[in-house]
Amino acid sequence: MTMQPDPTAPPIQLLDLHKSFGELEVLRGIDFKVEVGEVVCLIGPSGSGKSTLLRCVNKLEEPTAGRILIEGIDITDPETDVDAVRTRIGMVFQQFNLFPHLSVLRNLRIAQRKVLGRDTEEATRIASEMLTRVGLIDKMDEHPARLSGGQQQRVAIARALCMNPDMMLFDEPTSALDPELIGEVLDVMRELADDGMTMVVVTHEMAFAQQVADRVIFMDGGVIVEDGPPSQVLVNPIHERTKKFLRAIEVE
Amino acid sequence: MKRTTRQKLIRYAMYGVLVLVVAAFSFVADWDKIATSFFNVEIARDMFPEVLTTAARNTIVYTFLAFVLGLILALILALMKLSSIRLYRWLAIAYIELFRGLPALVTIIFVAFALPIAFDGFNVPGGILGQGSLGLGIVAGAYMAETIRAGILAVPKGQMEAARSLGMSWGTAMTYIILPQAFRIIIPPLTNELVLLIKDTSLFFVLGTTVASKELTKFGRDLMTAKFNGTPLTVVALVYLAITLPLTYLVSRLEKKTAAAR
Repeated sequence: MTMQPDPTAPPIQLLDLHKSFGELEVLRGIDFKVEVGEVVCLIGPSGSGKSTLLRCVNKLEEPTAGRILIEGIDITDPETDVDAVRTRIGMVFQQFNLFPHLSVLRNLRIAQRKVLGRDTEEATRIASEMLTRVGLIDKMDEHPARLSGGQQQRVAIARALCMNPDMMLFDEPTSALDPELIGEVLDVMRELADDGMTMVVVTHEMAFAQQVADRVIFMDGGVIVEDGPPSQVLVNPIHERTKKFLRAIEVE
Repeated sequence: MKRTTRQKLIRYAMYGVLVLVVAAFSFVADWDKIATSFFNVEIARDMFPEVLTTAARNTIVYTFLAFVLGLILALILALMKLSSIRLYRWLAIAYIELFRGLPALVTIIFVAFALPIAFDGFNVPGGILGQGSLGLGIVAGAYMAETIRAGILAVPKGQMEAARSLGMSWGTAMTYIILPQAFRIIIPPLTNELVLLIKDTSLFFVLGTTVASKELTKFGRDLMTAKFNGTPLTVVALVYLAITLPLTYLVSRLEKKTAAAR
């Protein structure tokens, strides 16, 4: 069943979302909404469920209970064509996950060709445009293995952008990078945010969250503990658990 | 006695045994007889070019067909075994265990002789090429299915996730992202399987071959009987090695290359 997205609906809305892996309950009732053009950073200790939450948004994880609305379309409804919805949700992974057997250009073209049905010429044009945007047009014919981690992650962002997504999900995009390569990836993300992209970012980069996020969400133990502007959550948190977490990472 | 001296003596003794065995063998052996019955140049010369143009060619054609058939079956079986549908998994397991557990010869005889008996003269088309290669391909499919499955599982999970998150269906992601990587990983074991198949085509001797359809073993054996001399088998053995040794060498090269890449 193909349903048209509703432009007036929020890009992402989660209603009482639960997710268990066997006995372990990772998400215990998440209610969460992201508005158009909003940049939301998810922070929290490891095992708090923030990555699982992000992966539920495009159904890489099947939620145990609750509803997920993407632009008004319920993707937990078994009648929904999830593949079609996923083309509108770009996703960037911690491990980049570029396709190692394809050149950079082919990495950017393959889903355009096979999913959106664009012809090679148009797909190449869009791929070049996105590579220019992330500053890697000269690496078009390289294989991913020959790029640095930072370059690979920028290609991964460009690959997602080629599908013209309405929103982007970032799952710890800089956690696998050497410290000196983090900046170039964050710069690309900052530009995306400035261009008005709706973004949800799971991150440990507090400075980035502080500067770029419209909202910061602190998660712990599978629930949202605190949700507010960075000036509140990161500077003057209300909850004791948030304070404790911020103190702990400051010590690092 | 010092430890090093003792080790030296043991070493000399081992060489001594070897020399004795070789000397005894060459003394007992009838060299003329060996030369005339296994290395008769005239008989060997008479075998050419047929041993290459007919026998070796047939062996290669039979192998190739069985391999392609096996590969197609193996891919289907591997995907079935990875399926979320339990019945498909069971069917794949049953097939794999059945045909790995049976001698390949039984499967080949079944296809070539039992089917015509059961179905009133129905013959798998293509004569020896069709029947033998089908039988062998069925068996090869069972072995290669496990290889392909291992290859698919060796591709990192993130590849499928990245493909799906770009909106690709499971099938599209499998075809364009997972399988190309999986096959790259399993080229060495698949080449090994090819070498095994080359040797297994010798089983086709049971199929009662005509002059034009003999593969290497049948060709050599018939000539051996006709000439009452072992030389044809020697020649056939050398032709087999000429085909298989480059392949096994290629496999070890590829394995070293993949090991270095990791």
